[in-house]
Amino acid sequence: MEFLKKYPKTFQWLFLLIVFFALCFAIDVPETYKFIRGQAEFVKDPNQSSYVFLGKEVRYYAFDVFWRLPPLLGWLPIWINDSLFFLMNEWMPIEVWNEDTQEFKSRPIVLQISRNLTAFMTFLIELIREILLGGLETIVAFTSWDWIDKNPWAELPGLPWTIVAAGAALLSYKLSGKGLALFAGLTMVYISVFGQWKPSMQTLSFILVAAPLSFIFGLGLGIAAFKSKRVEKALYPILLVMQTMPQYAVLVPALVLFGVGDHAAVIITMVVAIPPMILLTLLGLRAVPPEVIEAGRMSGCNNFQLMFKVLIPTARRDILIGVNQVIMVCFSMAVISAFIGAKGLGFNLLLALNQLNIGLALEAGLCISLIAILLDKMSLAWANKQTDYFGNLTFYQRNKNLLFFGVIFIVGIILAYIGTFLFKDTFNYLFEIPHNKGISTADFWNKGVDWIFETFFVYIKAFNTWLIQDVLQPMRALYLRMPAIATIVLVVGAGYLIGGLRSALVVCALTLFIAFSPWWDRALVTAYMATFGVVVSCIIGFTVGTLCFQNKHSANFMLGVCDIFQTFPSFVYLIPVMMLFGITDTSVLIAVIVYATIPATRYTIEGLRSVPAGLHDAATMSGVNKFQRLTKIEFPLAFPHMMLGINQTIVFALFMVIIGAFIGTEDLGQYILKALSDKKGAGIGLTLGICVAFIALIFDNLIRAYVQKRKKHLGID
Amino acid sequence: MSEPVIKCENVYKIFGANAQKMLQDSNGNVDAKVFQENGCIVGVNNASFEVAKGEMLVVMGLSGSGKSTLLRCISRLTDATGGKIFIEGQDLLQLNNKDLIDLRRNKMGMVFQSFALLPHKTVVENIAFPLQIKGVKTEDSINKAMDMVKLVGLEGRENYFPRELSGGQQQRVGIARSLAVEPDIWFLDEPFSALDPLIRKEMQDEFLRLQDKLQKTIMFITHDFDEALKLADRIAIMKDGIIEQLDTPANIVLNPATEYVRKFTEEVPREKVLLIKDVMDTSKDNLGDLKVSQNEIIENVAEKILTQEKIVAVVDNNNEIIGSINPTKIINTVFGGRKNNN
Repeated sequence: MEFLKKYPKTFQWLFLLIVFFALCFAIDVPETYKFIRGQAEFVKDPNQSSYVFLGKEVRYYAFDVFWRLPPLLGWLPIWINDSLFFLMNEWMPIEVWNEDTQEFKSRPIVLQISRNLTAFMTFLIELIREILLGGLETIVAFTSWDWIDKNPWAELPGLPWTIVAAGAALLSYKLSGKGLALFAGLTMVYISVFGQWKPSMQTLSFILVAAPLSFIFGLGLGIAAFKSKRVEKALYPILLVMQTMPQYAVLVPALVLFGVGDHAAVIITMVVAIPPMILLTLLGLRAVPPEVIEAGRMSGCNNFQLMFKVLIPTARRDILIGVNQVIMVCFSMAVISAFIGAKGLGFNLLLALNQLNIGLALEAGLCISLIAILLDKMSLAWANKQTDYFGNLTFYQRNKNLLFFGVIFIVGIILAYIGTFLFKDTFNYLFEIPHNKGISTADFWNKGVDWIFETFFVYIKAFNTWLIQDVLQPMRALYLRMPAIATIVLVVGAGYLIGGLRSALVVCALTLFIAFSPWWDRALVTAYMATFGVVVSCIIGFTVGTLCFQNKHSANFMLGVCDIFQTFPSFVYLIPVMMLFGITDTSVLIAVIVYATIPATRYTIEGLRSVPAGLHDAATMSGVNKFQRLTKIEFPLAFPHMMLGINQTIVFALFMVIIGAFIGTEDLGQYILKALSDKKGAGIGLTLGICVAFIALIFDNLIRAYVQKRKKHLGID
Repeated sequence: MSEPVIKCENVYKIFGANAQKMLQDSNGNVDAKVFQENGCIVGVNNASFEVAKGEMLVVMGLSGSGKSTLLRCISRLTDATGGKIFIEGQDLLQLNNKDLIDLRRNKMGMVFQSFALLPHKTVVENIAFPLQIKGVKTEDSINKAMDMVKLVGLEGRENYFPRELSGGQQQRVGIARSLAVEPDIWFLDEPFSALDPLIRKEMQDEFLRLQDKLQKTIMFITHDFDEALKLADRIAIMKDGIIEQLDTPANIVLNPATEYVRKFTEEVPREKVLLIKDVMDTSKDNLGDLKVSQNEIIENVAEKILTQEKIVAVVDNNNEIIGSINPTKIINTVFGGRKNNN
């Protein structure tokens, strides 16, 4: 009793756990229960119950409410679907002038907006694509098909790859220096020589439209939120959900609104990439010291100058992280949006994965990753560049780079022209190396994979079987064995103990949404995979982070590695695991673990670093050894920051679990994937996405509440 | 005397939701306690003063005394809740945004405690910033900024970034930036408070050298009484938003108006602050041979005077006798009356 009085919190937690387990044991598994493919599927089964709400009929397998809540929100996806359909096809028709038929036509306003937006995006993408690859859509857009028929010379031939490669190297040299120039040059040469030029340029043109637009909109909205409390309040909940919503899930409604193709992919990429940009812009602007703002005002800045010459440059660090995020998301989406018909490397990657051609997938994945790293470094160098005012430069010095590019341009064209003679009967390799006509190492990799598989088959299989049979299956069964009411009590109780009543209510609302949706079982499976991934990731991340932290160089090295890994599009992680483990849950989980270990490691190192140097000295003078210092000083102080790392780890893990549906898992992701090919999938996709987002938000809420309390307690902020 | 450059009439600054209304209801009789109970915090309470051209007014007060708020009202970084502020006869609070920006671009310069340099610009770019904001051509602004770099003695470091400079050097950049547009009015908000004592003294001397050359109208904020005494033409001492006393350093030391002011003056080495003219008698009888200038600091001539047996004559700049000083008077001034107010 003394003990309990001393530690009331421990007592409360114990009590909560006792209640949870009591509920688990008290409520038996109903005899009719089996893991069903969703509680509200429209199989006409005499055992199903049904209800009608808002004119929608929902059918479901009914259980005792303590075991599984009835899907009271089952009408929501159908309703969302109908609403979307109504918006697109019926709501507010306006008169639109039709060029071809020369008459007015009535069209719903949303459809019209969507068409215009689509046309605009298509134009932008085509413009860049045709500069890089050649074509005539852009010229047609300004003239007409008839005109192009009469003037066939006007068709853009596209830049020879030599010019683009040398141009990229030159630009990198100007921005940063030799190192980056070399990297840029090698990347481009690699892409070209390995025959990935066309898809790479398609992807690049997609990125070059999506990334700047996302940056501009994100920055603009961030500024608006900074200036007006009201805008911020309106944006905040949307941002929260968007940040935790799996990128997959956004695809489905986009399909309905914007159709299939690169344009839809750009729009959807923007939707995903803008929220982090807004948040980081806001964060950066908030952190500008008030005296700097005053200094700007006293220098006579008007509002515009204050924002663009003082505030934004001073907040540059955070905004740059935003740019980095935008680029990351864009590449990640470049792959995912291949599902809705975006051309380029992503499409090839998916195709190769589908055919289990690991070698080809590896090559495409490597190209994407290289371009991602290159663009990331270039944008960073661009932002850090300073102008030099000194020395009176001559015309040659000032326009050196432009002149150089001119020379490159001419040389490239001459080379391409020479190429037409050199490669008379085959492709002009000095102009463009066609897809899959370059060198390919795919066979090598495929053979390598086969070899590994044959050689280590026994061990891999043994490990696989052990993991699935002895770890994953029991864990999954345990998760599914939880009665809904017990889960809710546990989560809400934890919310109350950590963050008080407010937290409990928020968490309760989020959990109830999932519980009332038709996919509670799926959510449990998602949660079990994510939990497994997060636990292993955190163990690895904390260990690696702590070990690397012991030495300054290794810590910096590790952060660099994290940077690079973070730039890889999430899909790329699936390639090596599929090489080794084939199409199993193990593959997905290993991809999850690798992907989610990045934030865990990064935040551990950063957290340990943020421990003030004074405390280190104080600890050393108290005579602690290295281990004591770690456990008594550094861990307790770094813990709040590390918890934020766990938060990120959870989001990363959930994303990867959902993407893992691509290689066949039985969680929410599988349904999202299914919704993609379903005509009426938009509502389902969106609702499923919200469910995943809410799982992440439950943990986010709990962790944040804990971190805030802890930080206040420790007096650090 | 010509028109004052800065003139404040009954300036109030009160933070809080319904500050305006409460101020109107109070009829100018602001009681900080009553306001605080209603959720308002009084920053500046009924401040009235003038600053003449070329004068340096030092506002001294401890943290939370409202001195920085007062400065921000006069530079209109915040809007005063009540009262009137005139800059060269112009009613500051009536200016529209455009005129205000014009005023800041041409007439005002400000130095900040935390330097407030733009981290992404080099030394010379930081200094040229107000000029470029004004629309001066890049080349001209850089040339002008280079002059400023020389003025504050930072040659050779013009291409450094602020993070590569020491605190003292950063503040030199801050000073150069505030002077780049050649303002008439110069605001300094605790410019040397973040610096080490030795650097601070060096910067104070540098500041006096600059002011000697430039003759700006200055409002200088500090929490350091010694600094105030060293620099000021006049000192305003603030407490809880109220100006307790506004006078020359000598008068403040000799005749503290309130108990609060007296506490500051107690520890002040008077011989370092007071001039001969501050303590001399007007009688010209029984003078000895020694003459001292009225503008000498006591410390510098004390030894000479104290070794005299006769009364010492005090002369003005034209070497004419205008008064006398008795050695005992020096002793009384320096050592007497510390604890019991004469």
